[in-house]
Amino acid sequence: MEFFRIRRDIPFMRYALTFNVISLVTFLLAVFFLATRGLNLGVDFRGGTVIEVTYGHAVDFGRVRAALDKLNLGEYSAQSFGRSDTALIRLPLKEGVSSAQLSERVLGVLRADDPSATQQRVEFVGPQVGRELYENGALALLLVSFGIVAYLALRFEWRFAVAAIVANLHDVVIILGFFALFQWEFSLPVLAAVLAVLGYSVNESVVIADRIRENFRKMRKATVTHVIDSAITSTISRTIITHGLTLMMVLSILFFGGETLHYFALALTIGICFGIYSSVLVMAPLVMWLGVSREDLVKPEKKAGIGGEKILP
Amino acid sequence: MNRYPLWKYIVIAVALIVGVLYTLPNFFPEVPAVQVSTTKGKAETSLLGMVEDALKAGNIPFRGAALDSTGVKVRFADTDTQLKARDVIQAKLGDSYIVALNLLSSSPDWLASVGALPMYLGLDLRGGVHFLLQVDMKAALDKAGDRYSTDIRSLMRSEKIQYGGIARDGANVVMRFKDGAERLKARNVIEKTYPDLALRDGDGAGGDLLLIAGLKPEAQKRIQESAVQQNIQILRNRVNELGVKEPIIQQQGAERVVVQLPGVQDTAHAKDIVGRTATLEIRMVNDEPGALEAAIGGSVPFGSDLFVERGGQKILVKRQVVLTGDRINGAQPGFDQRNNEPAVHVDLDGAGARIFKEVTRDNVGKRMAIVLVEKGKAEVITAPVIREEIGGGRVQISGRMSTREANDVALLMRAGALAAPMEIIEERTVGPSLGQDNIDKGVNSVKYGFVVLAIFMCAYYMLMGLISTIALSFNLLLLVALLSMLQATLTLPGIAAIALALGMAIDSNVLINERIREELRWGATPHAALQAGYERAWGTILDSNVTTLIAGVALLIFGTGPIKGFAVVHCLGIMTSMFSAVFVSRGIVALIYGSRKKLDKISIGQVWRPDAATLPKV
Repeated sequence: MEFFRIRRDIPFMRYALTFNVISLVTFLLAVFFLATRGLNLGVDFRGGTVIEVTYGHAVDFGRVRAALDKLNLGEYSAQSFGRSDTALIRLPLKEGVSSAQLSERVLGVLRADDPSATQQRVEFVGPQVGRELYENGALALLLVSFGIVAYLALRFEWRFAVAAIVANLHDVVIILGFFALFQWEFSLPVLAAVLAVLGYSVNESVVIADRIRENFRKMRKATVTHVIDSAITSTISRTIITHGLTLMMVLSILFFGGETLHYFALALTIGICFGIYSSVLVMAPLVMWLGVSREDLVKPEKKAGIGGEKILP
Repeated sequence: MNRYPLWKYIVIAVALIVGVLYTLPNFFPEVPAVQVSTTKGKAETSLLGMVEDALKAGNIPFRGAALDSTGVKVRFADTDTQLKARDVIQAKLGDSYIVALNLLSSSPDWLASVGALPMYLGLDLRGGVHFLLQVDMKAALDKAGDRYSTDIRSLMRSEKIQYGGIARDGANVVMRFKDGAERLKARNVIEKTYPDLALRDGDGAGGDLLLIAGLKPEAQKRIQESAVQQNIQILRNRVNELGVKEPIIQQQGAERVVVQLPGVQDTAHAKDIVGRTATLEIRMVNDEPGALEAAIGGSVPFGSDLFVERGGQKILVKRQVVLTGDRINGAQPGFDQRNNEPAVHVDLDGAGARIFKEVTRDNVGKRMAIVLVEKGKAEVITAPVIREEIGGGRVQISGRMSTREANDVALLMRAGALAAPMEIIEERTVGPSLGQDNIDKGVNSVKYGFVVLAIFMCAYYMLMGLISTIALSFNLLLLVALLSMLQATLTLPGIAAIALALGMAIDSNVLINERIREELRWGATPHAALQAGYERAWGTILDSNVTTLIAGVALLIFGTGPIKGFAVVHCLGIMTSMFSAVFVSRGIVALIYGSRKKLDKISIGQVWRPDAATLPKV
């Protein structure tokens, strides 16, 4: 089997502008949704209490709400969670009431209403912890971006570093945009997924950058555009196969990993799909427009080993 | 060409053996067990014999008992035997031992003896409670301020210094004076007696002269540190009572304490234990002739309580509280200087010392009881006879105590009550069935994902795909072995990270295989193609893994709880994947193809070649 039978280099760079416009539009849409709808921050970041309760039968939310209304909890929500017999109750922070009391009182009224109610999980995050987690998340994002830029600048060249981080940070914004648009809950695991995607899709940029550098060495007479086209063309089968396989794994988490990992896997899925697109079709044109040249990458002194001239006609 | 030196095979073989060895314990199911520990410090060897005797006497079959630092652990065939055994052991040993139900791995002892343990599951996988508690530092300082204001008041009185009033303002003590000379005198005395206080003058309303005493920063720091330490000690004592398998009680940051109780089923009870307050009281013993007998008979005299003393005797104690535990500054075990018997030395604060002096003066020859009240249940720790009037705030409690009891009493007196209030600022509770559910879901996602990957690789790259799949299995084995070896906490996001690690690891093999195909396409000989494929792909693999690792490390630094679990697996997975995808898979390739001098074809699936005429111009 050979899926990709490409006879000549595909002139990707001819459509560079189109790719970037698509990307820019998606990005602006994401920003728009983030600005207008905002992220639906989970209890990890906002503080509050989450209680997962299972019943011996399908949940009757009318009754659950009627029972909870007695407690005067403020703006709570009760939804089904994964299965029909499971209810997820989210409570806002309430001053003067400790989490221990709150979850016990909630379970108390639910049990009184229906003895089959069993508490599966309680998560309580105080306001100061939520703020810290939020700040730490932002710091981690910053650290990852900085680390990647520094490594790529060192290993390749600043143009690659800038192009790669622009391409990949915009993936992050797009993932967040999806979460804002659909008001999916943004929790700690989702943040972890976002950061993992950032590290992962830079992979792709690295592979392309590697190839571009190698082609600059091999294809002495080719234009920059041609070099980049050839690099993308010759790696495209690997790109699609490898991401396809990673995506299989992620979809497996999405389908079998249960409700807890649902948004985590969703963030990864979106991240991988956009990651391929942007780290190939956004990063490469950016490098081109930033004015990469053979002299920037091919050092006069030749290193032995990796990618010397050989075998090519 | 493509031969592999022997040492590389040895490295692979060693990795394989170590990998299998450390992965093995994870396949043994957990069996019901009973864990016996003492309420007093470390378990002794004699305990093992006692437990075994109790089980033999009760005719209960067990699968081996072992003693470790936390106590005696006995494994049983099923839960019924486990429950019966618990009752038998508890009845035999009595209340001073904690007998808790538990689940223990059934992996053979020789595995445990080489340190091969099953993976350490996080709370979301095995169920349990996680609390993050914030120590109220302001309250700790206020309490210190309170103590100093009483101390200073009695100091002024004993030094006969004229003062207008003393009040506590936050952690500061503010004294009012009419006269500058008196203020100076007070200042000198306080400076000498309490070196931890920083003093400054001030002007109050109505022409009063003020002297403000505040804690020096280093003293504040010390008080806060000891408040956290003391609270941790108290929590530890309390959690011991729950008989939790591996509780984690740690300081986090300057003023926080993490409490993790894996496997706790009754979370409400756990919350109660962690959040409860214990108080220590000193009361007088009711020694009226006949009163104790009457009380045991059922008619407790008015104004008295019938308590149980340590050791089991009944004792009648007056209801009026002489002193409470917050008057105690410290308690150390030691020896009575007169007869060298074990004793506990207690330091009372100023007010406590004064009260104690009066009470002992009036009650020479009588007994006083030290009562610990916890969860509404009172226990008399000791009830010594007052021999003489005791002044100065240093009290020695002695009589009928072993060294060990002296240690316990000192600990209880120190650790009876929280040094400062604590508030739960984060709580994560997971029920045990949800934990098992999470494990199943996580394992399923790894399993099905892996199968899809394996099928595709074998179909698309034939033998080379099979080799990649073997390398990927090797990767999984190493990852699980590493996690077991490091005893890193495995969480549900951690299992997801295992799946993700495999999904990303396959990238390296795809890179290599595609590169080999490409080389073949350009007309390289099979051997040259293998060589070039591995060598050229290596640089790319390294670069792409480093960037992924950067993200993993950032998560490791900033992540907490489940996220840290994700980050650990993520980072480890990247490293094992580099080893297995390149080093191991190449080893297998060398084993298969390396020895053939003349290699016509590599089984890597179809290599499509464009017609020469349409080859891209280079």
